[in-house]
Amino acid sequence: MLIPCPHCGTRPVEEFTFLGDATVIRPTSLEPSSMDDWMDYVYLRDNPRGNYAEYVQHSGGCRAWLVVTRNTGTHEVHSAVAAKAMKAKP
Amino acid sequence: MSGFRIARGGLIDRSANLNFKFDGKSFTGHQGDTLASALIANGVHLMGRSFKYHRPRGVISAGASEPNALVELREGARREANTRATIVELYDGLTAQSQNRWPSLENDFLAINSLASSIFVAGFYYKTFMWPKSFWEKIYEPLIRKAAGLGTASKEADPDTYEKAYAHCDLLVIGSGPSGLMAARTAARSGARVILADEGSALGGSLLFENEEIDGTTGSTFAQAVISELASMPNVTLMPRTTIFGWFDGNIFGGLERVNDHVAVPPPFEPRQRYWRVHAKRAVLAAGAEERPLVFGGNDVPGVMLASAMRHYANRYGAAAGKSISVFTNNASAQRTAVDLQAHGINIAAVVDTRKNGKIINVKGGKSVKSVSLADGSHFECDAVAMSGGWSPIVNLMCHRGAKPIWNETIAAFTPPDMGSQFTAIGSASGKMLLSECLRGGIAAGTFKGKTPPTPKCRDEAFAIQPFWWVKESTGKAFIDYQNDATAKDLPLANREGYGHVELAKRYTTTGMATDQGKLGNVNAIAILAEAAGKSISEMGTTTFRPMYTPVSFGAFAGPFTGHHFQPVRKTPLHEWCVEQGAVFVETGLWMRSSWFPKAGEDWLTSASREVKATRANVGLCDVSTLGKIDIQGKDAGTFLDKIYCNTFSTLSIGKARYGLMLREDGVVFDDGTTSRLADDHYLMTTTTANAARVMSHIEFCHQALWPEMDVQYVSVTEQWAQMAIAGPKSRATLQKIVDSFTLNDETTPYLVAKDITILGGLTARLFRISFSGEHAYELAVPADHGNMVARAIMQAGQEFGIVPYGVEALSIMRIEKGHVAGGELNGTTTAGDLGLGKMMSTKKDFIGRMMATREGMVDAARQCVVGIKPVDKTMKIRSGGHLLNQNDKPSMANDQGYICSVAWSPMLNMWLGLALLSNGRARHGEVVKVFDGLRGHHYLGEICDPVHFDPKNERLHA
Repeated sequence: MLIPCPHCGTRPVEEFTFLGDATVIRPTSLEPSSMDDWMDYVYLRDNPRGNYAEYVQHSGGCRAWLVVTRNTGTHEVHSAVAAKAMKAKP
Repeated sequence: MSGFRIARGGLIDRSANLNFKFDGKSFTGHQGDTLASALIANGVHLMGRSFKYHRPRGVISAGASEPNALVELREGARREANTRATIVELYDGLTAQSQNRWPSLENDFLAINSLASSIFVAGFYYKTFMWPKSFWEKIYEPLIRKAAGLGTASKEADPDTYEKAYAHCDLLVIGSGPSGLMAARTAARSGARVILADEGSALGGSLLFENEEIDGTTGSTFAQAVISELASMPNVTLMPRTTIFGWFDGNIFGGLERVNDHVAVPPPFEPRQRYWRVHAKRAVLAAGAEERPLVFGGNDVPGVMLASAMRHYANRYGAAAGKSISVFTNNASAQRTAVDLQAHGINIAAVVDTRKNGKIINVKGGKSVKSVSLADGSHFECDAVAMSGGWSPIVNLMCHRGAKPIWNETIAAFTPPDMGSQFTAIGSASGKMLLSECLRGGIAAGTFKGKTPPTPKCRDEAFAIQPFWWVKESTGKAFIDYQNDATAKDLPLANREGYGHVELAKRYTTTGMATDQGKLGNVNAIAILAEAAGKSISEMGTTTFRPMYTPVSFGAFAGPFTGHHFQPVRKTPLHEWCVEQGAVFVETGLWMRSSWFPKAGEDWLTSASREVKATRANVGLCDVSTLGKIDIQGKDAGTFLDKIYCNTFSTLSIGKARYGLMLREDGVVFDDGTTSRLADDHYLMTTTTANAARVMSHIEFCHQALWPEMDVQYVSVTEQWAQMAIAGPKSRATLQKIVDSFTLNDETTPYLVAKDITILGGLTARLFRISFSGEHAYELAVPADHGNMVARAIMQAGQEFGIVPYGVEALSIMRIEKGHVAGGELNGTTTAGDLGLGKMMSTKKDFIGRMMATREGMVDAARQCVVGIKPVDKTMKIRSGGHLLNQNDKPSMANDQGYICSVAWSPMLNMWLGLALLSNGRARHGEVVKVFDGLRGHHYLGEICDPVHFDPKNERLHA
């Protein structure tokens, strides 16, 4: 698999480290009532066949954390964007 | 034993005689032979014994699909098991042994298995050896292992080297037959970067052995001309002896180049094999098609061969399989074999064609063919049988990414799926059975832009097939899968017993397994299974095609990364000094850490104990450079650290250090270390040695993915600084002698100070007053290149106080004496509370892990938390891993109270001490528990105590 790092260009997958689901958003509430949201954030993951956005670090390159969208069925990589640029403001 | 060398012809060099040995017997062959062709030419048909029945077997094919002629090639450390004699190039001095026979190939004792064959039917592993259960491990399994199995691997280290390499191209052409050559030539002439790879020793594919005429010349002459032109072009790389074994994501292909398998010993500085990763913009599969056997009684008797293989041996190697041949076919192509062999003066005893209702029922003969009997009652004497059950395009690579091939009724074969323009199939690999179609398809595939060049002229031979799979009238064994000894009857049996799905039938009958992965037999098996299940072949479908196409050696996968080069070695900036001091090193991850510094005659414990005593009595110097060091700067550095650590750092005074604890988001402790504030917007974090890289990555994630709005920068400076711990009552006096222009005291350097200083007349250094040993201690960091020199200066300064170097063993003893937690306790299961550090978790801010650490189970009083433990019998040695039980309980999961994490011999207290995790442990100090050490088979009593075994009031720290 090849990943188009926005900083380093297209590089082989061995240079990258996968973390997982990039669609989850860290809750901001510290109230006990928000515990369900926290449980979902820490543990609950979809396992889709098809497009999936994942946090991936270019650990053997520029070390930037990226959001890589790929098709889990075909392994086709659709995009790789710096996580910093992707971050959805709550 | 009737093969022989045809008087003339072929692509061998008859003037070059090569001597070789098979099973200890000497033979002669020629340059250009394979081991198989040379054996055939020497009249040797018997090349192996079958897997289960130990039936005599001869060569069936002339290529990579060979299931029978598997030999151990070479001897000693270079011995390689299960090599196919059909692709082993002959060289002078070659030695090979047959496999799976005892005592000899001619007289195999285990051929008696054939008589017991009723127990070897499909699923026999699951049926026969089930009862009694206790027999499996001691009797059945060793027996099967001995009887079955193929060659034996060498037990010596491989003396040869292997390489890894990358290649990039516009067009990768896989296979160098007519279509592959045309694709490569067309693309190369247009200027594209072309790689042409072929598993064979010579390029040309089927043109090397089929009698064809192209552009008014012979096929092999035509091929030579194209290859010469390609070889002269700078944009073309020719890769013979290279198997493209897999197709991977991103249009990347794996290749194995057999650089020096055709010589006994590779020349100096050359590898035996090279593992290629080919990045191709486009690729074409021109791998050709595989001829299928027919399934009839005795279709495995040595001398029964694929029709194409028989003419391959005759036309290319001048090796005749016999003097009188019967041909058995269901399609038009086998006619070529009859014609070609007749031209070589070989008698054709019979041509039996199922399209005219001819059927060979049985082959007579044991170790060689004697005659064939036909369905119509007739018999023909012959010494070899050529069979053709049709042609299967070699679709494997195109199915490596999950797609399934498509059944084509017209040619009775599976053809490759459409995988888009990046990878297309051409020629007979795509099911094209006419030469003109192959040439035309190759040219089209090689045309990147503009008009398609004209196709060379050639003569086509019409292809026709009438599917025919299995001569059911056969009384002898009719084999589907030669390598696994699976017969035609096994498949209906599998279907009757509920294993009719093609993937289940494979596992149940073992059809399609082992080194050939069913290259010859699978389609026959699918057809017979489909019929038994009442399905069409298309509905039955194929099993999954996976890389590797043919076996790839472990050596090639490992490449140069073996032994010393298996992984990099990290040496600290103080390594040289440690060596001077006589350090014994221990591998910690990639690091080499100084473990202890023995004097003459000392073992590790004596040495470490002396180092502890000297440090606690006077002063010691320890290399702590492996601790992770991360420089963190920016306006929001303090706020950022407040998120990362469970305690607060934004309030830390400039010039001070603080112990920090970080959690994972699930509330479990992740790492610890001291972090110092060097300026308002500048911190220096230290991490444990083991987690340095993980913490760095975590920080990067937290900033970039969670809080990118924060103004913070970070960089690892682990390798930029040499760091030394100077510990003991005389540490201050020692350091005083090397620092520039200030007096060390509790005013200038109070506990937890962190400051930039200069030493030895102007050298930059950072001084921290922190302690892991529990002594009055400092850590001194200097730029890496100054490390050895500064360590020597400190040793000199401390000489008058009796300074000693100490290693990680002494460090570990001292931290256990002091009850400081480390790797054994920060083990990915413990919370801050478990470690006795619960109060560090701030309630005034958000931090990673805060919410999850408040879950009921994470704050349960019954959780196992850190305690000290010592043996009731103070002369006893205790070990980590022992489980803790209430005194009268029997060991069981339900009764388990915890376990010992870390132990050390304490030279200060003269006994073994430990740290343990114990349920509700803090309330149980003073309790006596049973320690169950199942691994060492004993138990003893231990007393639970406060984890701080030594100097409980911390008086030494502030002394």
